Amino acid sequence: MTQVTMTVNGKPVSGDVEGRTLLAEFLREGLRLTGTHVGCDTSQCGACVVHVNGTAIKSCTALAADLDGAEVVTIEGMANPDGSLSTIQQAFQDHHGLQCGFCTPGMVMSAAALLKENPKPSEHEIREYLEGNICRCTGYHNIVKAIMAASGQDVSAIAAE
Amino acid sequence: MPTDHGIGASSKRREDLRFLTGRGRYTDDINLQGQAFVHFLRSDVAHGRINGIDTSEAEKMPGVIRIFTGADFEGVGGIPCGWQVTDREGNPMREPPHPVLAQGKVRHVGDPIVGVVAETAAQARSAAEAVVLDIEELPAVVDMRKALADGSAKVHDELDGNLCYDWVFGSDDAAIDEAFSKAAHVTTLELTNNRLSPNAMEPRVAVGDYSWASDESTLYTTSQNPHVIRLLMGAFVLGIPEHKLRVIAPDVGGGFGSKIYHYAEEAFCTFAAKQLRRPVKWTSTRSEAFISDAHGRDHITTIQLAMDAENNFLGVRTDTLANMGAYLSTFAPSIPTYLHGTLMAGNYKTPAVQVNVKAVFTNTVPVDAYRGAGRPEATYQLERLIDKAAREVGADPVALRRQNFITQFPYATPVAVEYDTGDYNATMDKLLEMIDRDGFEARAEASRKAGKLRGLGINCYIEACGIAPSALVGQLGARAGLYESATVRVNATGGLVVMTGSHSHGQGHETSFAQVVADMIGIPENMVEIVHGDTANTPMGMGTYGSRSLAVGGSAMVRATEKIIAKAKKIAAHLMEASEGDIELKDGQFSVAGTDKSVAWGDVTLAAYVPHNYPLDEIEPGLEETAFYDPNNFTYPSGAYACEVEVDPETGKVQVMGFAAADDFGNIVNPMIVSGQVHGGLAQGIGQALLENVAYDENGQLLSASYMDYAMPRADDLPFYKVDHSSVTPCTHNPLGVKGCGEAGAIGSPPAVVNAVVDALQRGGYAHVTHIDMPLTPARVWSAMNG
Repeated sequence: MTQVTMTVNGKPVSGDVEGRTLLAEFLREGLRLTGTHVGCDTSQCGACVVHVNGTAIKSCTALAADLDGAEVVTIEGMANPDGSLSTIQQAFQDHHGLQCGFCTPGMVMSAAALLKENPKPSEHEIREYLEGNICRCTGYHNIVKAIMAASGQDVSAIAAE
Repeated sequence: MPTDHGIGASSKRREDLRFLTGRGRYTDDINLQGQAFVHFLRSDVAHGRINGIDTSEAEKMPGVIRIFTGADFEGVGGIPCGWQVTDREGNPMREPPHPVLAQGKVRHVGDPIVGVVAETAAQARSAAEAVVLDIEELPAVVDMRKALADGSAKVHDELDGNLCYDWVFGSDDAAIDEAFSKAAHVTTLELTNNRLSPNAMEPRVAVGDYSWASDESTLYTTSQNPHVIRLLMGAFVLGIPEHKLRVIAPDVGGGFGSKIYHYAEEAFCTFAAKQLRRPVKWTSTRSEAFISDAHGRDHITTIQLAMDAENNFLGVRTDTLANMGAYLSTFAPSIPTYLHGTLMAGNYKTPAVQVNVKAVFTNTVPVDAYRGAGRPEATYQLERLIDKAAREVGADPVALRRQNFITQFPYATPVAVEYDTGDYNATMDKLLEMIDRDGFEARAEASRKAGKLRGLGINCYIEACGIAPSALVGQLGARAGLYESATVRVNATGGLVVMTGSHSHGQGHETSFAQVVADMIGIPENMVEIVHGDTANTPMGMGTYGSRSLAVGGSAMVRATEKIIAKAKKIAAHLMEASEGDIELKDGQFSVAGTDKSVAWGDVTLAAYVPHNYPLDEIEPGLEETAFYDPNNFTYPSGAYACEVEVDPETGKVQVMGFAAADDFGNIVNPMIVSGQVHGGLAQGIGQALLENVAYDENGQLLSASYMDYAMPRADDLPFYKVDHSSVTPCTHNPLGVKGCGEAGAIGSPPAVVNAVVDALQRGGYAHVTHIDMPLTPARVWSAMNG
């Protein structure tokens, strides 16, 4: 067992982890932050995406023990300080960018990372960026639309509600 | 029709608030005090005899609590099948046992053999590696045609072969022979409908719990239908009466059919929790999901169309081999029969239709319903066939379809169903408006200049949804009724709770169901709470699949709400000293017709629970009603779909350039949610057509067992879709006039994609390519072009 200390969603946390404990497990089981989901075991689906030191990573592929001192942000830390939905979260609701909600935390975290590095991405750039996030419900239409809307682009010409 | 609230409004989904902030509560988020974990040791061979299981070393591993094998389940029932198909001779299908843990033999890669229960998941996993299995590998049965050949190895030794049933349906031999004998033209198509893995993003999870105090078992599970699991597992597997068994399916991360069935892991966790008197949890990995979640599709079909000299359809004859896998999953036998054969008339007035299906056991994962379930298989073969026929006789594929459309309703098909309503020309007209067909040639020319081949594929579909009339499905072999239920509980202060047997796992029922009830009473949607997914809180229900939730579950909710309103009017009449027949309800206000007297909804609900001034001699206090609704027919959503593709002739790569869907879903409650349902279905259908395939090698090893190998559609594989559901012929037999929208996209889209690719190749001069089997990977397309 190794003791790790991190800042998660702005709060200092610490815990004992085995060498094999993944960040996703530490968040879900150690900290009971169950918004981060695990949808596969090959780092493909992206339901577990969180931000570590400002970068989006797949928390199923990072060892907690390696992240001593890291700043971690999860979906639980994405709302505005007053608890209202952030711009990206609100756009996902407004444009029906989620259905079952399981991939959603990873989608929101990836979308936030994308908009940080590319504030007005094209449809093509969004689709390419989401290559590592699989959604089975939405067919991606409304996810892409929501991210475009969150970046301030006019999506009224894109078909459907 | 209001546009900002109630029926017809795109109300934003209330469930999104928890999902977007990480506050959803999925089954894997549930951890109980004292919980142990199970890891299943599964077969790594497709077929084998278990000669020995040595758990002695594993027992000594840290944290191990108990190791279960098949021997621990002797005397426990097997996993039951919910449907019994009768074959062409009138005999019941062959129905071999399906043990919770393998007994004697393993029959597919992934068949669970040993359950290791330990203090932590990691300890259970480590200890499972120390279990020594002595399994004698036997020849595997993988290919359906070989499975039916004389001398094939048998999946189940006690059966006389690998045939589950040989089923014939529809027109009799004389009628179908006559149709083909009169034909001026016969088109034949052989095809496969590729095996798919449903891949809900949330892997399955089960947590069993047992109360020694009350002798009650509780199962938390990723299910689309908790009552069905309670019934099947309680009555047939573990012998727990329903009043001692509670099944809870909380937030569920997608289903697509794969979470309908009762699975062995659920029974195991419930059983082990009672044995060990502590909770037992299992969380599937994705790798396990590929080898243990029921697969979908997997048909091999030969279909023929007979047309007269004027291109009128005379007959359709189809022969299908349908893979059941190693065991019969809950609804498996019904999928290639009653959800497939009944749809083989399609949108067309073909007088003779005959369907033959041979269901086959193989050493593969069980196959059951996956989004659409039988109806995509029917639609794909029929709509590919018509496209091929149009090409053969030089007809326009749209005109050929229109010529043969059913236009008079109700219409009784030769395959046992009666379409109540529809307007196939209307959805086709709408589709053509959406796709600019006239501009296609110019787009094709632009593609040609860029070195690409452009094609346009168009097709129709019809489906039978709103599953299902119990009396009818009972005749067809269902061992359950397919009604739905709802309890509406009005509180004293006017808010109300609807407890529904439908289950929401992405469909947004918490929003759309509330819209309906709020609209009926005329109160704000936020006064209505929807509760689902817990057998302790909801009346007996059959769950969500077959696009049934609004058509059947919503109808039950409407009926219960009507009872509420009827009683509330009696109370209002008493309060206003008026005649009950004069009471009108509008915008949450009860008034006496022709007067200015009125009382508010809240006055009436308060009176119901504080009956100081109340007609106690006429009606009971309280305001709570339950209704069960059993439909008297299926619903028949229909539509027309179009796909435009570009094929790169150098590589065979297909790019979807556009996809349009014009659907008739009857009345619509929440257009935003309906569009989302269509989008998701389209992605799955396009995925089937271009990307997805469950592949086994000849030894029954699964080659597509992770997201590295199973090609899930990703954002950059798909376009923005154009969807429309403004063509409305309301369902004639349910109170909302709704038909269901959950599966249409997956049903209607595969033939559009394949039709488009074949069109592109035909236009590009590859006249020899009349069909390519899905998925249309670059390798398959390139090989078809060049081979």
